[in-house]
Amino acid sequence: MPDTLVALYVFVLSCFIGYWVIWGVTPSLHTPLVALTNAISGIIIVGALLVTGLESAGTAAEIFGFIAVLLASINVFGGFLVTNRMLAMFKKKDK
Amino acid sequence: MEISANTQAIAYLISAILFILALKGLTHPASARRGNYLGMAGMGIAILATLLGNEVQSYNLIVVGVIVGALIGIVLASRVQMTAMPQLVAALHSFVGMAAVLVAIGTYLNHDAAGTLNTVMMGELSVGIIIGAITFSGSVVAFAKLQGLVSGAPVKFKGQHALNAAMAVATVAFGFHFGMTESMTSLILMTLLAFILGFTLIIPIGGADMPVIISMLNSYSGWAAAATGFTLGNLLLIIVGALVGFSGAILSFIMCRAMNRSIINVVFGGFGSDAGGEASAVGQAAEKGVKSASVDDAIYWMEDANKVIIVPGYGMAVAQAQHALKEMLELLEARDVTVMFGIHPVAGRMPGHMNVLLAEADIPYDHVMEMDDVNSEFPTADVTLVVGANDVVNPAAKSDSSSPIYGMPILDAAKSRQVYFLKRSMNPGYSGVDNLLFYQDNTSLIFGDAKDTIEGMVSALKGGGH
Repeated sequence: MPDTLVALYVFVLSCFIGYWVIWGVTPSLHTPLVALTNAISGIIIVGALLVTGLESAGTAAEIFGFIAVLLASINVFGGFLVTNRMLAMFKKKDK
Repeated sequence: MEISANTQAIAYLISAILFILALKGLTHPASARRGNYLGMAGMGIAILATLLGNEVQSYNLIVVGVIVGALIGIVLASRVQMTAMPQLVAALHSFVGMAAVLVAIGTYLNHDAAGTLNTVMMGELSVGIIIGAITFSGSVVAFAKLQGLVSGAPVKFKGQHALNAAMAVATVAFGFHFGMTESMTSLILMTLLAFILGFTLIIPIGGADMPVIISMLNSYSGWAAAATGFTLGNLLLIIVGALVGFSGAILSFIMCRAMNRSIINVVFGGFGSDAGGEASAVGQAAEKGVKSASVDDAIYWMEDANKVIIVPGYGMAVAQAQHALKEMLELLEARDVTVMFGIHPVAGRMPGHMNVLLAEADIPYDHVMEMDDVNSEFPTADVTLVVGANDVVNPAAKSDSSSPIYGMPILDAAKSRQVYFLKRSMNPGYSGVDNLLFYQDNTSLIFGDAKDTIEGMVSALKGGGH
């Protein structure tokens, strides 16, 4: 099976996982869900690292990659931290 | 140290599992923090495995980029006010979009230099760039609207949809031309057009539709990551992109359902109005046959009530009234009044906005109920206090088939014995529709800033009430 087809398999099956998992999320946590998925979509940093770190990368590619690493890092660190801040606030009634 | 491609693949698999478990953690507030930590672990593993793999050979720029980005992210995340969460999220979405565009262009340049471009890859690149660019500029517009940099009102002009359609067709056409010919000019034109399209698609959408737009852009940022995964042949990016993409899509669907509107209607409908002028609200109220009441009237009913339901809306966020509400909650509970909060899914400017604000004010989450659960409580409630919400309690959605909001699920505040509306003015809600609930016999309006009014109630309750 060609790589692109494997990628398609993985993509479609992941969509199903996403569908089942997300419907289980409680509505009261929808804002943290958006913040968490935001942090997780910082996974684009992997792509940015691959572009920037390539030994043969030209200057232009390096600059684009560098900015992408920077932006994605803001997402990763900012996203997880703000999600944590929000989730820390959700408390049950003190007994 | 360098790890083999197989080790890297296993690390990516573990990372993907951790991300799925992270999202699963949000099923309940009690497991949510653990979920977030699992997500962090997944990200850490993914980044390490990438850095240690044999593709990444030069590290200087990467280290600088990560450190600077981390510092900015940490400062943003620790300083942001909870009411400003929608803006922060919009800003972060724009970063993902831009990163996707830059990664795609960088990949093109690297492969162009190595002479390894092919048509499939260029097609995937184009998809990544188009989605990423639309995510970026759309999120910038959403940010500007939420932050109040531009008016939240829909911007509409004649021929808007035709213009957008023409630009969309041209964007795709340039993409095809690029894929066939490797023309750099087409690549640049496609990218620029996609950026413009992001602006023109979001600019006609009004402020109160932001819960849908935030969710939609959340979804796009996921699809952008997935498209990048296809370009790079990186399965982790594909998995994560699909998870995020679907998460945003489901949230968009939930938000649209809660307004009884289709996503098409939200995106192309240009719904809503920007009400102006706040002059002599009480005078207008009297003219329209609406009763206005004082803080003392409301306290008179609430202090001896068995059950009080509070319905917060965006007005509560604007007035920052959540902390005063917490104080009122404690005082009422000390008098054996049962107090609950009823949340409409689209209250506020992003999904779950109200829940976070109430949590910020230390209001326990077991007092906060979703629409379906709280609706059975209204008929036995003595008092419903509506704080800065409007359309979501308008009975016209049930009774008036000519109303633009007809069919929208609402909170049945109208069924409680007494309804008090905290309002700044007589202006209609976002939909521009007059609220039938105002004219009901058991409804009174208390004019003023929501926070001041609730603080007034708190001091009245502290003073022993009546």
